[in-house]
Amino acid sequence: MTAFLELEGVEARYGPVQALHGISLQVPEGEIVAVLGANGAGKTTTLRAVSGTVRHSGRITFAGKPLRGGPEAVARAGIAHVPEGRGTFTELTVTENLRLGAYVRRERNLGPDIERVSQWFPWIPDRADQAAGTLSGGEQQMLAVARALMARPRLLMLDEPSLGLAPMVVREIFRIVRELNQQEGLTVLVVEQDARIALQSASSAYVLEVGRVAVSGPSLELTENESVRRSYLGY
Amino acid sequence: MADFMQQVVAGLASGSIYASLALALVLIHRATGVINFAQGEMATLSTYIAWTLTTNHGWAYWPAFAFTLGASFVGGAAIHQGIIRPNEKGSVLRVVIVTIGLLLAINGLVILIWSGEVRAVQSPFPSGTIELGGVVVSLQDIGTIAVVLGTVVVLWLMFQYTKIGLAMRAAAVNPAEARLVGVRVTWMLSLGWGLAAVLGAVAGMLAAPSIFLDPNLMAALLIYAFAAAVLGGIDSPVGAIVGGLILGVGLNLIGTYVDFVGADLRLPVALLVILVVLLVKPSGIFGRSEVKRV
Repeated sequence: MTAFLELEGVEARYGPVQALHGISLQVPEGEIVAVLGANGAGKTTTLRAVSGTVRHSGRITFAGKPLRGGPEAVARAGIAHVPEGRGTFTELTVTENLRLGAYVRRERNLGPDIERVSQWFPWIPDRADQAAGTLSGGEQQMLAVARALMARPRLLMLDEPSLGLAPMVVREIFRIVRELNQQEGLTVLVVEQDARIALQSASSAYVLEVGRVAVSGPSLELTENESVRRSYLGY
Repeated sequence: MADFMQQVVAGLASGSIYASLALALVLIHRATGVINFAQGEMATLSTYIAWTLTTNHGWAYWPAFAFTLGASFVGGAAIHQGIIRPNEKGSVLRVVIVTIGLLLAINGLVILIWSGEVRAVQSPFPSGTIELGGVVVSLQDIGTIAVVLGTVVVLWLMFQYTKIGLAMRAAAVNPAEARLVGVRVTWMLSLGWGLAAVLGAVAGMLAAPSIFLDPNLMAALLIYAFAAAVLGGIDSPVGAIVGGLILGVGLNLIGTYVDFVGADLRLPVALLVILVVLLVKPSGIFGRSEVKRV
C-alpha cells in the first residue's frame, strides 16, 4: 500500500542549526498518524517542512505527486495546517476566520460549509461576529480546526493541539478529530507532546529524537512496549 | 454663527483631503509596517498625469480622473513589487530609507518632465455656492467631500464584503497565517500599495485646483496627513478619516479665529498635533484596542 503522504530523508535547518537529520515517515490515507517527542525533537519542523514554511531537502510526496512550493501551493494541494499556538486571525471575526479557511476553494456560497463545521463546534453560530481574539484558548484552538475544515482538506495537520489547554478541552478536541476521521475518512497528521492522548487516537506513531525517527510503529505496539514507553513516551 | 459653520464646511473639505492621504499612509503602515514617505510625491506624480491629460491632450476631467486612478493603482503595485518587496527582508529602517529615496527620485522625475513651473489646474466642480440652511457653502467644497466620501465607502465595502478584501486584511494582520490558508501575501501587499496610490491620487487631484500644481504640491499636505494619521491612530483606517476631518476643521477654525496663527502658521500647528499626540496618547484616538487574550 502506498502512503498518502510520504517523507523520505527530509532534512531542514534554521540557519546553522540542523533541525531535521533525515526524517522518513508515511501517512496512509484515512488514518491518524501521530508524531511524538520532546521539545526540540523536530516535530513542528517536520510539519513545517510539509507545509513549505521551512526550507528542506529530501523528498515529500502527497497523493503520488511531489509536494513543491511555499505554503500557498501546499494549501492548494489540499493540505490544511493548523500551526502551533492557535492559528487564528485574532483581529478578525469568527465568520471571517472561517471564510478565510475556504480561501483556496472556488465555492462562493459558504453557508452550508459553515453549518457543517458548526455541527462539530456547536458554539460557533453564537459567536459568529465576535473577534477571534476574544475567544477562550480552547475555543480558539477549535476555531483553528474548524477553519482548516472549511478548506475541505485531504490531509489535516495539527501542531500540538493540546498546548496550554485544560485536559477536558484537549480530550474534546481529540474526540472531534477521531470522529472526523471515522465518519468522514479525514486523514490526519498530528504532532503532540502529550503522547498518551495522541496514541489513543492515532493508528500509528513516530517518535522523534533530535531530528531523527527514534522508534515508530502501530500505536498499540508502542504503548505495550515497556522500554519504549519509559524512554520515549515518558509515562 | 453662519460664518462659523461656513468655516467648518471649508475645514471638512480640506480635512477630507488630509483624510484621503492619511488613509493611504495607514493602509501601507498596516500592511508593510512602515511609513511611506514617498506617498505625497506619488500623489504629485499622479496629479501631473491628470493635468497633462486634460491640458495637453484635451481629455475631459472625469475620464482623465478615472484614467489617473487606474495608472496610480498599477504604479503603486509596481513600486511595491519592484522596489519595496526586494528590500522587505531587511530591517524596517531599510524600507523607510528606500521610501525616502523614492520621494527624492519621484520629485526629481517630476521636475525633469514637467519643470518646476507652477501650473493652474482646472476644478471639476462649478465655482458657485449654494445655501444650505442659512450656511453658504462652495460647490467646490461639497464636491471634494463627496468624492473622498465615495472613495472611502467603495474601499470599505471592498475590504468588508469581498473575498479579496478579506484576504488583504488577513495578509496585513497575520501574514504567516494568511499564507497557510493559501493567500498570496506579497500580491495582497502590492494591491494595498496600489490602493494607497489611488487614495493619494484622489487627494492630489482634489487639492491641486485650490493650491496650484507644482512639484512640491504634496509636501505640506503630507505633514497634515501624518498629523491626521497619528491623531486617529496610525493603524486605524477609521482613525485616519476622523483624524483628517478633525484636523481640517480645527486648523481652519484656528486659522480664522486665532489672529496670530492666520493662514501661515497652520503647518506648525499640525506639527504640534503630532508632537502632543505622540507624547500624551501615542496610539491616537482609535489606537488599537487590544483584544488579544494571552
